[in-house]
Amino acid sequence: MKELLTGNAAIARGAFENGVAVASGYPGTPSTEILENFSGYEGIYAEWAPNEKVALEVAIGASMAGVRSIATMKHVGVNVAADPLMTAAYTGVNGGLVVISADDPGMHSSQNEQDNRNYARFAKIPMLEPSDSVEAKAMIGVALDISEEFDIPVLFRITTRVAHSQGLVELGEPIDKPVKEYKKDTKKWLMIPAFGRLRRNSLTERIERLEAYSNQSPLNFIVPGDSKVGVITSGISYQYVREVFPEASVLKLGMTFPLPGQLISKFAAGVERLLVVEELEPYLEEFIRLQGHKVAGKEFFPETGEFNAAVVKKGFVAAGLMPATGINQPIKPEDMPTVPVRPPVLCAGCPHRGVFYTLRKMKLLVSGDIGCYTLGGLPPLDGMDSCVCMGASISMAHGIEKAVPALGEKTVAVIGDSTFLHSGITSLLDVVYNKGNTNVIIVDNGITAMTGHQHNPATGKTLMGKNAPLVDLEALVKALGVNRVSVLDPLNLAQLEATIKEELIADEPSVIIARRPCVLIEKKANPPVTVQEDLCTGCKACLKLSCPAISVLDKLCAVDPESCTGCNLCLQVCKFNALKKGGIVNE
Amino acid sequence: MNKPLNILLVGVGGQGTILASKILAHVGQFAGYDIKVSEIHGMAQRGGSVVTQVRMSNKVFSPIIEDGEADVVIAFEKLEGLRWMSYVKPGGALVVNDQAIFPVPVLAGLVEYPRDIPGYIKSKVKNAVIFDALKIARECGNSKAANVVLVGVLASLLPFSEDSWTKALEARIPARFIEVNKVAFQAGYALGLKAQ
Repeated sequence: MKELLTGNAAIARGAFENGVAVASGYPGTPSTEILENFSGYEGIYAEWAPNEKVALEVAIGASMAGVRSIATMKHVGVNVAADPLMTAAYTGVNGGLVVISADDPGMHSSQNEQDNRNYARFAKIPMLEPSDSVEAKAMIGVALDISEEFDIPVLFRITTRVAHSQGLVELGEPIDKPVKEYKKDTKKWLMIPAFGRLRRNSLTERIERLEAYSNQSPLNFIVPGDSKVGVITSGISYQYVREVFPEASVLKLGMTFPLPGQLISKFAAGVERLLVVEELEPYLEEFIRLQGHKVAGKEFFPETGEFNAAVVKKGFVAAGLMPATGINQPIKPEDMPTVPVRPPVLCAGCPHRGVFYTLRKMKLLVSGDIGCYTLGGLPPLDGMDSCVCMGASISMAHGIEKAVPALGEKTVAVIGDSTFLHSGITSLLDVVYNKGNTNVIIVDNGITAMTGHQHNPATGKTLMGKNAPLVDLEALVKALGVNRVSVLDPLNLAQLEATIKEELIADEPSVIIARRPCVLIEKKANPPVTVQEDLCTGCKACLKLSCPAISVLDKLCAVDPESCTGCNLCLQVCKFNALKKGGIVNE
Repeated sequence: MNKPLNILLVGVGGQGTILASKILAHVGQFAGYDIKVSEIHGMAQRGGSVVTQVRMSNKVFSPIIEDGEADVVIAFEKLEGLRWMSYVKPGGALVVNDQAIFPVPVLAGLVEYPRDIPGYIKSKVKNAVIFDALKIARECGNSKAANVVLVGVLASLLPFSEDSWTKALEARIPARFIEVNKVAFQAGYALGLKAQ
């Protein structure tokens, strides 16, 4: 029986069927569902680590101990895990080790669209790229075999469209994979310079053997076609090429490091024109050009954004390989009314809303971070100045203060609970150690919310549903040396503003923990707010909250009773008492 | 089926587009087709537009439907229907739930929600079915079954047996909700047939 699986679910299934015993990762779109699916299988161990570096190190340890392991993360997570990744290439493995990088061309939910294929070349580790769910499941098994056969970690690179598209996948039975014996071998595992040099030479030798493998591996195959045009492609782009140009000869690369130079030359020799279709950077194109082949790629197919069949077709048309006709002409009437955009917003009742409303009102410089709360930076809330990467809020605020103290006086850092544990702790340590004066607000909603509610060390539960010790954020920040620590309910705007004011004046670092569970997990909603219409002046002050339950149409405020959770934040911003309490703020 | 059947389901987070796509995919699989389904998670879950693409054929390559290539666009909210209207291929159908969910820029009074979307769509798309699925679902016993009313209309437009749809409903909907959803499906199916 075939099952309709996303690429992520197929990877999880493939890992299970191929004997993966340990999996660790940090949630990040589009990678999150790999571990969520994997954790449901019997006889395995899966966990959320506090960050990607830790996750990869856990997987390396499991591999060293003799079992098959995977580490999962989004593309930017590999930056965090790059340190162990570079040296794991030297040490190699015992049990098979696969690092899954989920890239996000087009930045559906990311801060950049870096092309992580470069990591394979950078770290000198083999890379596999599936183009759909069927390949995703099958290729995980191959990746684990390669890892063990060549004593090297494998980078398994997917993109959003592969991760989140479903296809029909044939399920198999799990193989029995006995634990390999661990034998002490310091020349392999103890990477001091003298042994590192040995393993560096070994790495060159392993990569040479892998290149020979790549040239004869069925992962790289030719789809015969018209000899006039040869297309070299990989990943999701392969599907678009087959969709729009069924006549072309295609070299489909499933293994994209080391690249199969001989196979590419053989293919190039058999076609009149050679094109490369690849999303993001000219990774394949540059290699092929260096081989001495006349090849075109980025002059016809864009270097930015996500592809689809239309983009790929447009490229072939521009290359003069197919007529522009034959595409259905979409209806694009000139009299079409303007269609308002539907941007994502903080949910009705979201505990983050009041924090950004207050920060904007106080006209502070807000050094932000990564999570749902980054939405607090969009108008009309407009309560955030910057967001670079996980944990950067605190360290950047520290840098601002050290550079321009007057600016530092009106700067706060805002970071979520999960993000703080991911990489904010060391930043706060830096502030304390170097006598900074940064004010930090930890927006603690008790969950990793943006990626769909994953557990973290502050939730008291593990990925596998077990109870876990709950990290005490107050004690943690105190232990780092922060003396001024306050905890408050972010739905109480007056207290929030007063506390922020007080902490900005204080001549030492401070942490405000704005604590209230994510409204999507705290199910008990209060009765909805009501509007006393004779008191409403239509002043629109309530709209500054950017609450999807509130509208002001026809000069009167209206609250949608279906979506209002009765958080009562709007009562606190209405100067005319037109909004009436539906429930109780603090119970 | 050599040329893929392309169904685009569009709506707003929380409207049940994903369940609808699962029912559709189940029917396609039962009929022996290759299927690909694509949806984008992430920011869309926070009140943004939600788009699910379902393609079925003897062999499906791309998981994405191109502009002007959808056999049916099924819009769970009318502004989304307008947004994705151009995806309907010539001779294709557009099914629209006559429900308005205002995006934040509209709630904030910054932009206007277009007036008379149904009238405009009807003037442009020959085969457009526009009706109040929430009202019908409520009459069937549960407003939450509006998505299945829309599935019923979709079923009336596609070449699959009614029995295979019933089986898909049973496979995808929890037993305690199945009866009201079967009624909702039938209501949608009848409405779809009447509209053709």
